[in-house]
Amino acid sequence: MAKWYETEYQNIFTQVQVQGPPEMGMVEDALLADRTKSASFSQLFGWLGNAQLGPFYLGPWGVLSLMSGLTWFVMVGFWFWGQAGFNPAVFMRDLFYLSLDPPSPEYGLGFPPLADGGYYLIASFFLLIAVMSWWIRSWVLANQLGMGKHVCYAFASAIWLFLVLGLFRPILMGSWSEAVPYGIFTHLDWTNLFSLTYGNLFYNPFHALSIGFLYGSALLFAMHGATILAVSRFGGDRELEQIVDRGTASERAGLFWRWTMGFNATMEGIHRWAWWFAVLTTLTGGIGILITGTVVDDWFTWAQDHGYGAAANYAPAATPEDFLPYLPPE
Amino acid sequence: MALLSFERKYRVPGGTLVGGDLFDFWVGPFYVGFFGVTTIFFAGLGTILIFYSATLQGTWNPWLISVNPPPLSYGLGPAPLELGGLWQVITICAHGAFVSWALREVEICRKLGIGFHIPFAFSFAIFAYFTLQVIRPVLMGAWGHAFPYGIWSHLDWVSYTGYLYGNFHYNPAHMVAITFFFTTCLALALHGSLILSAVNPEKGKEIRSAEHEDTFFRDFIGYSIGPLGIHRLGLFLALNAGFWSAVCIVISGTVWFDQWVVWWDWYIQLPWWVDIPGGVNG
Repeated sequence: MAKWYETEYQNIFTQVQVQGPPEMGMVEDALLADRTKSASFSQLFGWLGNAQLGPFYLGPWGVLSLMSGLTWFVMVGFWFWGQAGFNPAVFMRDLFYLSLDPPSPEYGLGFPPLADGGYYLIASFFLLIAVMSWWIRSWVLANQLGMGKHVCYAFASAIWLFLVLGLFRPILMGSWSEAVPYGIFTHLDWTNLFSLTYGNLFYNPFHALSIGFLYGSALLFAMHGATILAVSRFGGDRELEQIVDRGTASERAGLFWRWTMGFNATMEGIHRWAWWFAVLTTLTGGIGILITGTVVDDWFTWAQDHGYGAAANYAPAATPEDFLPYLPPE
Repeated sequence: MALLSFERKYRVPGGTLVGGDLFDFWVGPFYVGFFGVTTIFFAGLGTILIFYSATLQGTWNPWLISVNPPPLSYGLGPAPLELGGLWQVITICAHGAFVSWALREVEICRKLGIGFHIPFAFSFAIFAYFTLQVIRPVLMGAWGHAFPYGIWSHLDWVSYTGYLYGNFHYNPAHMVAITFFFTTCLALALHGSLILSAVNPEKGKEIRSAEHEDTFFRDFIGYSIGPLGIHRLGLFLALNAGFWSAVCIVISGTVWFDQWVVWWDWYIQLPWWVDIPGGVNG
């Protein structure tokens, strides 16, 4: 048996790149007029994955999405540009601080003057169109290739969180001011304030689930990515072939986890685990946001009332006298 | 061949790092090995001590059981068992169990003749844990800076520690870590979806090929990373999420003591634009 340092073929990057004519894609029911006619290659990309860039499928939904997305982007950019007093140095200096904010609370769900949030609402409308038409695209493109619609349904889970933040919750709260501002630092401020306003979002069980699935997604991808790379010397990266005709790569991958933790997924099943963990991250996250401020006003008090909040939050003890047990409220 | 009948031919002796053939056997589906024994020892002792700690704490509510680190006044010295000493022993047990688990994975990899990517990846998680519980407390001079072992008490610790440095979202390493976490989740969703949509095509259609996968993604975003590359990317993203999480906390209280929002002042104060009026910071 080879020493560990003699082990070859860890397959961290592609050492020899072979380049032929570009693959222009399967046709099936796709309209070739909507697909670009050329592709290029990037050796840099080729180190990690495929070197081929393109072709790209535009189609009516792609055009609509890109145009409205660009409109949103340019509208926000113009707003930033105005905040910077049309001075490029100020624009670059304050880029992370600039922000297009939602309307003030006094306008409720009404349409405020442009400078006071109306512009924000119009920009948000274009963002909504961009996201929804990109979503439709994910269905159409899969459909014309005869594929399942799993990308589309997973994307819907992310859109659910997006709609909760910018549409459903503001409507339930009766004010567009509840929406998230478009700015690097201001959306972080919004997130921080949201947690403080509603009594520590960590105690929101759906927030906890969402974080659990987010971390679980990282754990799963580390496990799955590492497993496939470890058995790539047996062809484990050809997952579709391994699913329908299990080879030694699948067997070794499965046995690794069976011997390690007593359980293993199948080559297809691991992708169901992956799909659900990722989808549940935004699904539970959206539920958590939606019920905050609408159903529950103070998550810490709510936790105390429901048997999982302590009498007081944990804080490091300074001295042995401060070393208090973490106990439920009286 | 049935799913489990092939397993016998893979159960070969050898590949152990320690102990020769002494522990080279299986119990049910589990491989044991020397490091399986040490894992059981550390995990078992640690779990028993957590239950003992709960008796001292005085609650059996599983949400609230919390093993707290010693008071800050003990510094880096040993503490009495009931004043954080249990936390110290349990922390040693946890490190013992995690490292044993990783080395047991190495032995299993050697038996199966596969790459060491999985224990390598797991080592990033151990490194993040070690950073939080050992490196940072040692740099700050007290075990009391580590986090407590409790389902909600550790979240209290995150809140407490985060707000010591103002809005923690302004920590640039925290930004990088969160971005890696979100991107990992996105990439996982896309990879899982793509495989499932190829293997579960429209009713009546034959299973789709890798060429369909590439075509879909090139149609969708103009690039398909490919069946090998996506696993490299996924592993890279996930490991970076863990790594930058460790970085973002170890720099808080050791090299940076102020509110994190203040960190960004260096950028605003670059000499060529610091004096220009207007904008947000003018």
